[in-house]
Amino acid sequence: MITFLIAFFINPPASVQAFDHPNDAGKAIEIRWQLSPQDSLLLTYEIWRASAPEGPFEKVGSSPAGVNNFVDENVPEDRKLYYYKVRGKTKLGDYTEFSEVVAAMSYPQWFNKKVINVLIAVILYSSILIYYINTARRRGEKLFIRRIAGLEALDEAVGRATEMGKPILYVPGLSTITDIATLASLNILARVAKKAAEYETPLIVPNYNPIVMTVAQEVVKQGCMEAGRPDVYSKHQVFFLSDSQFAYASGVTGIMARERPATNLFIGMFFAESLILAEAGNTTGAIQIAGTDAVDQLPFFVVSCDYTIMGEELYAASAYLSREPLLLGSIKGQDIGKLVLLILIIVGSILGLFGVSWVAKLFEV
Amino acid sequence: MRRRVPLTICLVCGIVMVIQFFVPHPISQTLYNEARRWFIIIASFTLILGLESLTRLHVNRVRRRQSGWGYSIITLVSLVFTAVTGVIWGIGEGSLFMRIYRYIYAPLQATMFSMLAFYMASAAYRSFRARTPEAVLLLVSALFMMFGRVPIGDLVFAHTSEVIEWILQYPSMAVQRGILLGVGLGIIATSLKIILGVERNWLGGT
Amino acid sequence: MLNKILNLPRPWIYLLVALAVAIPLILGWELPVRVTPPVKNLFEEVESTPDSQAVLLSCDYDPSLVPELYPMTVAILRHCLSAKKHILIMSLYPQGVGLAQMALEDVKKEFPNAQEGIDYTFLGFTPGYSMVILGLGEDIHEVFPRDYYGNPIDSLPMMRKIHNFNDINVVITLCGSGIYSTWVVYANTKYRQKVGVGATAVIAPAIYPYLQTGQLVGLLGGLKGASEYEYLVYKKGYSTGRRRACERMGAQTTTHLLIIGMIILCNVLYSIQRRRRRTQ
Repeated sequence: MITFLIAFFINPPASVQAFDHPNDAGKAIEIRWQLSPQDSLLLTYEIWRASAPEGPFEKVGSSPAGVNNFVDENVPEDRKLYYYKVRGKTKLGDYTEFSEVVAAMSYPQWFNKKVINVLIAVILYSSILIYYINTARRRGEKLFIRRIAGLEALDEAVGRATEMGKPILYVPGLSTITDIATLASLNILARVAKKAAEYETPLIVPNYNPIVMTVAQEVVKQGCMEAGRPDVYSKHQVFFLSDSQFAYASGVTGIMARERPATNLFIGMFFAESLILAEAGNTTGAIQIAGTDAVDQLPFFVVSCDYTIMGEELYAASAYLSREPLLLGSIKGQDIGKLVLLILIIVGSILGLFGVSWVAKLFEV
Repeated sequence: MRRRVPLTICLVCGIVMVIQFFVPHPISQTLYNEARRWFIIIASFTLILGLESLTRLHVNRVRRRQSGWGYSIITLVSLVFTAVTGVIWGIGEGSLFMRIYRYIYAPLQATMFSMLAFYMASAAYRSFRARTPEAVLLLVSALFMMFGRVPIGDLVFAHTSEVIEWILQYPSMAVQRGILLGVGLGIIATSLKIILGVERNWLGGT
Repeated sequence: MLNKILNLPRPWIYLLVALAVAIPLILGWELPVRVTPPVKNLFEEVESTPDSQAVLLSCDYDPSLVPELYPMTVAILRHCLSAKKHILIMSLYPQGVGLAQMALEDVKKEFPNAQEGIDYTFLGFTPGYSMVILGLGEDIHEVFPRDYYGNPIDSLPMMRKIHNFNDINVVITLCGSGIYSTWVVYANTKYRQKVGVGATAVIAPAIYPYLQTGQLVGLLGGLKGASEYEYLVYKKGYSTGRRRACERMGAQTTTHLLIIGMIILCNVLYSIQRRRRRTQ
C-alpha cells in the first residue's frame, strides 16, 4: 500500500514526442520524453504502443531510468499511424500514471544522412584516383615511384632459389579473400609464380583459407602459362593446410624443416604466429621477404626477415612490379589523398589548440 | 569474353555494395543479407575443396612413400577420428570431441604460442645490433621497454613505468595511427582498382 | 671466440631462455610489484561498485591465451567475491565459457560460501557479439533468460535488481583480439557504460588510444598487468590464494634481463669486432 502511494506521488514522464527514426530501413519510431522529476526513484520507463488511440495498448520496451528516449524497432507496418504512451516503474515494482498519448508513423529512408561525410570523402578520394589513373593512361608516362627494397629483392630471391636448386615457399597470409592484404598478396604471387615457372623453380603455397587456395591455384596456373611453361604447374604445389592459426603455423614450419626452401615469402595478413613462421624460416638459412599491413606484427617481421614490405607498400606492389602507367597513376592519387589528409590533420590540430573543433567534427560518424 | 564477364560482375557488384552502405532502405538491407548468405554458403562449400586438397596431398604422400609420409598417416587418422567422434557422439560438454579439444588441441595451441618466447630471444640476439642510427634507436627503445615491463625496472629507477606509459601513449600510438591512415587509403585505392578492372591479377587463369 | 659468441647457435639461446624461465619458477622467486595507473584505476573502479550494482566480467578469449588472461580472470573473481561485489560472468566466444567456468571453480575452492545467484551469476555464452552487447544495455534478462546452469534468471535473488547497464558499474573484457573495440563502441559510446580491458601484451599498446580518450577506465596489459592486479587484491587482504601471475613475473624478469644482457653483450662484442677490423 505504501509503495503504491509512493508511486502515486511520482510524476509521470511529460512532453512525450514520437517521430520516425531517421536514417534507417523503416519500422522504427523514436519516442522522447522529459524525465520525471522523481527519476531517481524509478527503475525504468515503460513504452506502450497501440494501433488506435483508445487502445488496446501493449508494452513494447523499456528504457533505464535517466534515459529519456527509446527506439521502437518492431513497428509492424510502415506508413501507418501508431500511438504511444510512457509510464515509469519504481524499484519496488509499482507504476506511475501514463503520459499523454502521441502518434507517429515510420517509413524507410533512401539515404543515411549520418554518413554523408563518408560519402563526400569517398567521392573526393575516388575522383582523385580516377583522375590520376586517366592522366597516366593518356600520357602513358612512367611516373616516379620510390624504391621499395622488399619488392626489388623479389627477383633476387627467386634467382637465389633457382641457383640453389631449392623451392620457394610462399605464405599468402591467414586471412580470407575479402581482406585486401590477401588480394595484394595474390598480385605478388602472380609475378613470383611466373618467374618461378620461367626458371623451373618449385613453388610451394600452403593456404589457410580454402577460397584463397582456389584463387591461388588459378593465379599460379596463369603464371605458369604466361611463362610458356604450363607443364610446370602441379595442383599439389598450392594446397590447403589448416584453418586453425597455430596448426597452420606448425604445418608451415614443418614444411620449412623438411623442404628447406631457399626463399620464404610471407605476404598477406598475419597474427601472433608471424614470429614463429619468420624465425623458423630463419633457422633454415632462407632469404625471407615479408609484407603485411598488420601494424602489430611488423616489428616481428622487421627483426626476422631480410626485407619487410610495410603497410601500404604492400598495396603498391602490383604497380611497382609491373610499372604499368595505370597502376602507377593510382599510387600518385593515393599520395595526393594522403597529402590532403595530412593538411587537414595539421590544420585541425592547430585549430583544436584554440578550441575550434569543426575540422575534428568533419570526421565524426 | 572469359575475362569480360567476371570483370563486369566485379564492377556491378562492387558499385552496388558501395551504394548499399549509404542506403538504409529495406531493399538495400535485403540485398546485403542475401550477399552475406551467399558468401557463407560458398565459403562452406569451399571447405569441402580444402578438405579434398588436404586429403589428396597426404594420401599421395603415403602412396609414394615420400619423406615424412608417417606424419601424413597421423594427419589423416586424426582428421577422420575427430570428425567421426563429433558426428557420432556429439560435441557437447563431456563428449569425446570436447575432451579431444580440451586435452589435446588446446594444450597444443598454447604450446605453439609459448614457442614465441624462445623465438623472440633468438630474434632479438641476432637483430638488435647497432649497425645504423635507426638500429640504435630501435635497440634503445626495445631495451627500455623490456626493462620497464618487469618489476625490476621500477626497483632500479622509480619512474620507469611512467616513461614506458608515455612511450606507449604518445610516440608509439602516433606511429601506429600514421601507418593505419596509409593502410586505410591503400585499401580504398586497391579496392577501387579491383572494382574498375584496373587490377586483374586476381582473375588468374581466366 | 668473438665470432663464436656473436654467432651463438640457437639451441644455446633456447637453453638459456629455458633456464631463465624454469629456475625462478622452481625457486619460487617473486619480485615486489609496482602498480601502474591503468591497473590501479580499474581496481578502484571495481572496488567502488556499490551494493546495488554489479561488475560484468566477459571472458572473450580462447585456450591459447590462457597463460596471460587466466590469472586476470582469477584475480578479478577473487576481488569481487572477497570484497562482496556482485559479479556477472559471461563470454562472447563459445571457447571462453569453459575457461570462465574453470576459473570460477578454481576460485570457489577459496570462497566455498559464494553462491550462484546471490554473490555471482554465471550467464554463459550467447552468440551475436555486438547484438549481445546492445541487448545487455536494454535488458540482461532478455539476452540471458537462463544462467549457464539452466536456472531462470528472474528466479536468482541477485538478478532481481540487475537489469541492464544502469545496474552495472563496470564491464571488464578479457581478450586477445579486437573484441574490446566492440565493447567500447556499443557499451561505452551508446550507453556510457564504463569499460575496462584485460589484454595480451602484444595488443595492449594498440589499446592506449582508448585509455587516453577516456573511453576505457583501466587496462591490464599482459602478465605484468595481471600481476599488478593480483598484488592489489593481496595487499588489500582480500585473498591469500596462489598468485600465478606474480609467481611468473620472476621468470619474466629473468628472461627479459637475459635478453637485455645478451643484446648488450653482442653489441659490445660487435663494436669490438668493428674496431678490430678498422685497425686491421
